Amino acid sequence: MKRHLLSAGDLTRDDAELILSTAAELRELADRPIKKLPALRGRTVVNLFFEDSTRTRISFEAAAKRLSADVINFAAKGSSLSKGESLKDTALTLEAMGADAVVVRHGASGAPHRLANSGWVRSSVVNAGDGTHEHPTQALLDAFTMSRHLGTGPKGSLDGRRIAIVGDVLHSRVARSNALLLHTLGAEVTLVAPPTLFPVGVESWPVEISYDLDAVIPKADAVMMLRVQRERMSGGFFPTAREYSRRYGLDGRRMATLQDHTIVMHPGPMVRGMEITADVADADRSVIVEQVTNGVAVRMAVLYLLLGGSEPAVGGEE
Amino acid sequence: MSTYWIKNVSILGGAPTDLLLANGVIERVGAGISTSSTTEGVEEIDGTGLIALPGLVDLHTHLREPGREDAETVESGTRAAAMGGFTAVHAMANTEPVADTAGVVEQVWRLGREAGYCDVYPVGAVTVGLAGQQLAELGAMADSAARVRVFSDDGKCVSDAVLMRRALEYVKAFDGVVAQHAQEPRLTEGAQMNEGPLSGRLGLAGWPAVAEEAIIARDVLLAEHVGSRLHVCHVSTAGSVELIRWAKGKGVDVTAEACPHHLLLTDDLAATYDPIYKVNPPLRSTADAEALRAGLADGTIDIVATDHAPHPHEDKDCEWAAAAFGMLGLETALSIVQQTMVDPGLLDWAGVADRMSAAPARIGRVADHGRPIAEGEPANVVLYDPAATRVIDPAETQSLSRNTPYRGMELPGRVVATFLRGKATVLDGKIQ
Amino acid sequence: MPAHPQHVPDSPTSGPLASADISRVVLDDSDITRALTRIAHEILERNKGAADLVLLGIPTRGVPLAERIAARIAAVEGDDVPVGSLDVTMYRDDLRMKPARALLPTQIPASGIDGRTVVLVDDVLFSGRTIRAALDALNDIGRPRAVQLAVLVDRGHRELPIRADFVGKNLPTSLVETVKVSLAGVDEVDAVTIQGPAGGEVTA
Repeated sequence: MKRHLLSAGDLTRDDAELILSTAAELRELADRPIKKLPALRGRTVVNLFFEDSTRTRISFEAAAKRLSADVINFAAKGSSLSKGESLKDTALTLEAMGADAVVVRHGASGAPHRLANSGWVRSSVVNAGDGTHEHPTQALLDAFTMSRHLGTGPKGSLDGRRIAIVGDVLHSRVARSNALLLHTLGAEVTLVAPPTLFPVGVESWPVEISYDLDAVIPKADAVMMLRVQRERMSGGFFPTAREYSRRYGLDGRRMATLQDHTIVMHPGPMVRGMEITADVADADRSVIVEQVTNGVAVRMAVLYLLLGGSEPAVGGEE
Repeated sequence: MSTYWIKNVSILGGAPTDLLLANGVIERVGAGISTSSTTEGVEEIDGTGLIALPGLVDLHTHLREPGREDAETVESGTRAAAMGGFTAVHAMANTEPVADTAGVVEQVWRLGREAGYCDVYPVGAVTVGLAGQQLAELGAMADSAARVRVFSDDGKCVSDAVLMRRALEYVKAFDGVVAQHAQEPRLTEGAQMNEGPLSGRLGLAGWPAVAEEAIIARDVLLAEHVGSRLHVCHVSTAGSVELIRWAKGKGVDVTAEACPHHLLLTDDLAATYDPIYKVNPPLRSTADAEALRAGLADGTIDIVATDHAPHPHEDKDCEWAAAAFGMLGLETALSIVQQTMVDPGLLDWAGVADRMSAAPARIGRVADHGRPIAEGEPANVVLYDPAATRVIDPAETQSLSRNTPYRGMELPGRVVATFLRGKATVLDGKIQ
Repeated sequence: MPAHPQHVPDSPTSGPLASADISRVVLDDSDITRALTRIAHEILERNKGAADLVLLGIPTRGVPLAERIAARIAAVEGDDVPVGSLDVTMYRDDLRMKPARALLPTQIPASGIDGRTVVLVDDVLFSGRTIRAALDALNDIGRPRAVQLAVLVDRGHRELPIRADFVGKNLPTSLVETVKVSLAGVDEVDAVTIQGPAGGEVTA
């Protein structure tokens, strides 16, 4: 039985399309006077955040509450890598509280897998971002946003759409999840970064890779800029922030080379002036704020499909 | 002391014959030992189907004592060793306190003698506190009762080229050897698993092969330059095998070890995120494992060493990044060598005796182990049933820890008996 | 017999019938047309015209039925009656008894439902549980002046105090039978059929 959402790679195309179509229905809820559905009444969703991420936590919290679930927020920051026992002990605590789903954000790649497969808890586990591994609900909300703007046909298909994902691919869980999911959904993904910010073995991913932003973006239907932390500079991944912005930042000049329909995305939080300039972030083609709105609908869809029935309708066991 | 008459046993896979172990030595070899020629109180053992090997010698064991007696003690670790067919183990220096003085190595050596399951040869640290700054008192450890001949900062690399050169030179005075943990520290900061397509997908920081190979390349050149003996711990990559083969071809006095887990297991296991598979150096690709097997077969890799690394449950029952590196190995080593080397025809039992007994004893300068099974030799013998199979149950280990990566796996072979100087430490598959 | 009977349109209706089952048509396309026309007239009669009416079909087959009824009302009165759809999946009391189900469209006409007379339209009225869920769903959307219920088939076996205001055909059935509504547009043809196990008691 499928019980968890750990990796975007666990989703079949049918799974992903079910989540996106469910999210499309649930997004309408935002326009209604009562933004609440009874589907998860009596269910308990725990937001277990070992890393600060107010926006993701709030998004999951809103999603769970709109489905009438009881929500417990559990911030366990700072105890993650000291001994590791904390993850297990925390899990046992949650189990004792009768959590039906645990939404987990953790600094260690694979922590949600451990939670799901260690036998510590029986609840469904939703990965809300683990280390430099994955962030599947972010990829789902990105695909949902793309589908609304670029989709064709009744299902808003992304078949053949060209998506450029630009920036720190090496450390980005958003890039990993998006590469997997967008490929599943039929889109053509090109990752753009300096060679130092690609992981070894990226050639085996179902994507194109490029070091040349200017060559890629005029053909793209969506350009997703990834956050680049200034600390990467001290790691020697690039010489200076200025050189990075010049070669891989999205500014007004580059935006002028985009096609008319091309949208600009960013998973947030943005480092304005680093990977994206303010005029681009605030341009009409920027859907960055809409991504946040869509995040709630997509997370509602995931929670509903995992917890709404007698057994989950989507997700992977492992 | 008991006398054992082992009947119809195959020495190193040869024709069945009889062995008589008495007074701590192998008294007789050959069919037709008659009862009249034996002393009182002879214990007979049916050796039909069993292979007799010289007692195994491990050049790379972590016994954790002193300091982490919650993970292993000299006694529990040597019981595990005996169950694995070992009669001698080299106890690595990364204890708390570090085995960097004559006092600590003598303590470990004495604990081994008191336990009596296995001869314990302490490995001395190369540098004080394994800190890589200043040479430890290597001579004092060599001159101590423990007679240390193997020196290693294992767990850490002697990465400073000058310090490594000095260590290689210095141990020549007492015929010692530096056993290098080849890991370029800057290339492996935060590293979690073999660097390759899977590490990229799993988001686990990569541990590139070059971080091992660069140090091996440097060290074989240093060893050649100063005319010293070098031993390379736990070789894990195909490139490392190639470098060692090249160095041996040039006449460099280098030896190397491979671990059972690197012969059998590969990095795809990391996809489970189960830290039972987290080890230093990391599990590598199938091609690497195949290169190790080929290297072990042709002698480029001289020995199998276990790198038995016990850890308490809580250090593995957590997320990958938080978990400790290392896995148990003593009780499964011979089975894995059978599965990866003997059964596929890469190595015969004489080869196993060389790689797991004679060669490690030679490298460690251990006189009474790794000897042939012949009349007059010390009665360090293991009886092994290669036709048996067993499913590995962590609960059955003699180790205080349970971190075996072979949990639930069916492995061939079983140690039936281990004799240390004629005394049975294991009999009928049970610790004595 | 399922503990909580569901009428067939809640389940996928594709797939061949088991050979042991007997299937017979109880309403053909012209019967359905006549029934819907009559329902349209009754709705107008009861509400004294089409003003303030909103038709909400319960997906899947309630939606085309609502559209057809609206078209007949328009043909009689000349007024366009707002038509929408109301998915009740999340309000079902058996949500936890089956795997999570895909949501179906909810489309409330722009005019809303506050102060209006909502006519819920479904294909088969059986236990009444779907309609209870629909009433709950409506409650979260607005406050209609009145809610009425139109169904193509009422097969009986109510488990809740719910009745239809407008019924195309009363169809007494056995619990071992299933009633299947096919509608052109969703299915191949217009038809209502009863399926039951061979030799089973048929109480037509």
